[in-house]
Amino acid sequence: MLKILKYSFYDLIRSRWSYVYFSFYLLLGSVLLFLNNDLSKAVITLMNVIIVLVPLIGTIFGVMYYYNSKEFTELLLAQPLKRSSIFLGQYLGVAISLSMSLILGLGIPFIFYGLFKSSAIWDFSLLLITGTFLTLIFTALAFNIALSNENKIKGFGYAILLWLFLAIIYDGIFLMSLILFEDYPLDKLSLVGTMLNPIDLSRTLILLKLDISALLGYTGAIFKQFFGTSFGLIVSFIMLTAWVILPVLRIVFKSKKKDF
Amino acid sequence: MRNLFSFLTAILMASSTIAQTIEVCKTCPISSIKDAIIQAKDFDTIIVKKGTYKEHDILVNKPLTIIGEKYPVIDGELKGEIITIISDNVTVDGLFIINVGTSYTEDYAAIRVRKSKNFLIQNLVLEKLFFGIYIEKSRNGKVFHNKIIGDAVEEYNSGNGIQLWYSKNVQIEHNFVQHVRDGIYLEFSDDCLIKNNVSTLNVRYGLHFMFSNDDTYQDNTFENNGAGVAVMFSKRIKMYNNIFKENWGTASYGMLLKEINDGEIEGNTFEDNTIGINIEGSNRINYKQNTFINNGWAVKVKGACYTNKFTENNFLYNSFDIAYNSNVNDNEFDKNYWSNYTGYDLDKNGIGDVPYRPVKLFSYIVNRTPETIILLRSMFIDIIDFSEKVSPVFTPDDLLDNNPQIKKLTW
Amino acid sequence: MVIIENVHKKFGKNQVLSGVDLTISDGGIFAVLGPNGSGKTTLIKSILGMVIPNKGNITVLGENIKQHSDYRHKIDYLPQIANFPSNLRVKELIKMIKDLRKPTHEDERLIQLFKLEPFLDKKLGNLSGGTKQKVNLVLTFMFDSPLIILDEPTTGLDPISLIRLKGLIQAEKAKGKTILITSHIMSFVEEVSDEIVFILEGKIYFKGSISELKTKTNQQDFEHAIASILTENHA
Repeated sequence: MLKILKYSFYDLIRSRWSYVYFSFYLLLGSVLLFLNNDLSKAVITLMNVIIVLVPLIGTIFGVMYYYNSKEFTELLLAQPLKRSSIFLGQYLGVAISLSMSLILGLGIPFIFYGLFKSSAIWDFSLLLITGTFLTLIFTALAFNIALSNENKIKGFGYAILLWLFLAIIYDGIFLMSLILFEDYPLDKLSLVGTMLNPIDLSRTLILLKLDISALLGYTGAIFKQFFGTSFGLIVSFIMLTAWVILPVLRIVFKSKKKDF
Repeated sequence: MRNLFSFLTAILMASSTIAQTIEVCKTCPISSIKDAIIQAKDFDTIIVKKGTYKEHDILVNKPLTIIGEKYPVIDGELKGEIITIISDNVTVDGLFIINVGTSYTEDYAAIRVRKSKNFLIQNLVLEKLFFGIYIEKSRNGKVFHNKIIGDAVEEYNSGNGIQLWYSKNVQIEHNFVQHVRDGIYLEFSDDCLIKNNVSTLNVRYGLHFMFSNDDTYQDNTFENNGAGVAVMFSKRIKMYNNIFKENWGTASYGMLLKEINDGEIEGNTFEDNTIGINIEGSNRINYKQNTFINNGWAVKVKGACYTNKFTENNFLYNSFDIAYNSNVNDNEFDKNYWSNYTGYDLDKNGIGDVPYRPVKLFSYIVNRTPETIILLRSMFIDIIDFSEKVSPVFTPDDLLDNNPQIKKLTW
Repeated sequence: MVIIENVHKKFGKNQVLSGVDLTISDGGIFAVLGPNGSGKTTLIKSILGMVIPNKGNITVLGENIKQHSDYRHKIDYLPQIANFPSNLRVKELIKMIKDLRKPTHEDERLIQLFKLEPFLDKKLGNLSGGTKQKVNLVLTFMFDSPLIILDEPTTGLDPISLIRLKGLIQAEKAKGKTILITSHIMSFVEEVSDEIVFILEGKIYFKGSISELKTKTNQQDFEHAIASILTENHA
């Protein structure tokens, strides 16, 4: 698997798209810093952007890579290699190269701006960790979609839909149901609702950092336990990890059954 | 000036020759403070030497100066009040007072000043107390440099650190109050100055005002108190350069203003509070050059509040800048810096070209269904906030800062 | 060498292989023929483990291939369309495949044979179809495996390279290897193969030498023999 990972990674590192994403993040980071003149504010703006954008890029790029490297995959399949190592290797290649684009693209302008001397460094690290998690999750989801759909157009369609659903529609439904059932105790429901969507989950991590003051204004005991202690942080990370592991397991499972 | 000074020194020298000094220690002829007070004549000085004195109900009924040397311990053995001052011109200095009795019927204090003038209470350390320094119906006094460390856990069985009741013109400066019910409490007390105090970790309020007018509090730090600072039913209060920090919780705020009229709030810092300022029924208050940073809600306006002015404040990274529970507004926001402002400044005059709307639809939703707070910073919420910004329905449509600053304000 | 027993494969509603039984003995060149969609590629991919049969067993060199990948060390496979990661250089691809399988020096000879030296530093995305196919051939023939599977090996090759390919195939045969070929070029099949396997509607319709096929169909010419099978069955 490591060999496949190595080759996929090298392949991607040299592809045009990696540079496009890298420069995109580089530009985003620099422009935000330039416009805001303030590290903390730029980090906050970035957080809002990252939790929406990283999933989009992860899904699209994952699907794209899968379809584009179909022949390469077939070449590999004919070699004495385990299927699971081929797909996991490719998956990790994509996910790691995307994460690197993110980390370097955002990291470089912030470091030049004096990140290490700033108190925003923890917020920024959290941002990068969350971004990496989201990349891992959404690339895995993209591979799942691509593995299940031979048709490229359909695959891309589902990928966009998935993103749209998790990034926006889900929260809309979530909000509506909370308002609809406002007469009932809702804190459990709202936490569960958050756990079931990786974007919301990452958002919670960011809330824990940025908006803890506001979150503690709410009365519910479960909320309080979740947000008031490190419990919330731990649970969120466990759930994010689960969100990585489950789709990856499905990649392994699905790839074993699939015909090429 | 020099003449005046030498004159005063002469007077002092003269009086000290007339007034006597009485020493109290375990091996002295006079071994208790109570005895010393009985022996003393007006304007005498009692020096209490280092040691432990198990005494309570010490009644100071003549103008005396009581000075502790190297912090003698006055142990009340939890039997009741420890020192009660009922005479004018009393000074108490340098004592370590512990073990005040707790009662549900009487407010025992470590030191009480009753119906007296010109008192000075300074350099005391109070521990294991019920009420700390209790000043009732007194005037023209000073409370300086005291350290009050309680061990309060619940509101109902604890007392306040420094309490003023029907008192006038008292200066409370450089005190350090911790772990009591209310750090500093003023009721029916006017013209007082509260300055440079640190009031933290108290069960209820760091500072509490009730029915007190024309007071000033400035340069104080209120941190991590149960509910912050409460200013209620008072007029013409001036609040300058205080720091309100880390008051977290459901009903917690940096400052609560309830039925306050004609106040001045300037140069204060509100940081990391669930609510920076909670305003209810308060009118004609000027908020100027305050900094609101990392609060859940920087300002929450409830009920009828009229003609308040917010000018030149910094609103930095608050989850919500302003929250209203109605869509009527009679307050003015002008020339503030809002870190959440996303407008532009094409004419480069330092003022954003589009007005800022500090009240978000989402704050209205959260007000209605608190659990929805979990959707904060969701893209969906951004979208509905944006549509509300374009055409306000639920939030006051005239609530605008027409001159939002582009750069953070510095003074 | 390869034993296929009662293999069934369905793609959706489409039954592609319906009970294929086939034994390929050691040594010799076998051509797998059949009309489009008859299941040639599916059969080959089943042997390679790329397609997983719904039913039936496949044994390669005495080893059941289900859930295994090690047996593929003994197979050299030439895929139908040579489409490689476009960012890789030819040299790197060859190095990579060697890295994934095992070290060999055979590639140098093959590169010389197909005159690929000038292309070694070019990216695969910039190569013509024919050159890609030559690279594909190098990758396949550089390992000395007992079983060679070639899916449309002639695609895009110029006449000189075709001659060289034929030479290669014959040389491998001479080493006693088993070679499976699919091709549409009947003359090529006729020229190289010892035995043909004809698949029709998911079943083995015919297995035997070309002369046997000619007798069976009463045709003098190989191409006509094939055509007659098709017309008979589609009439």
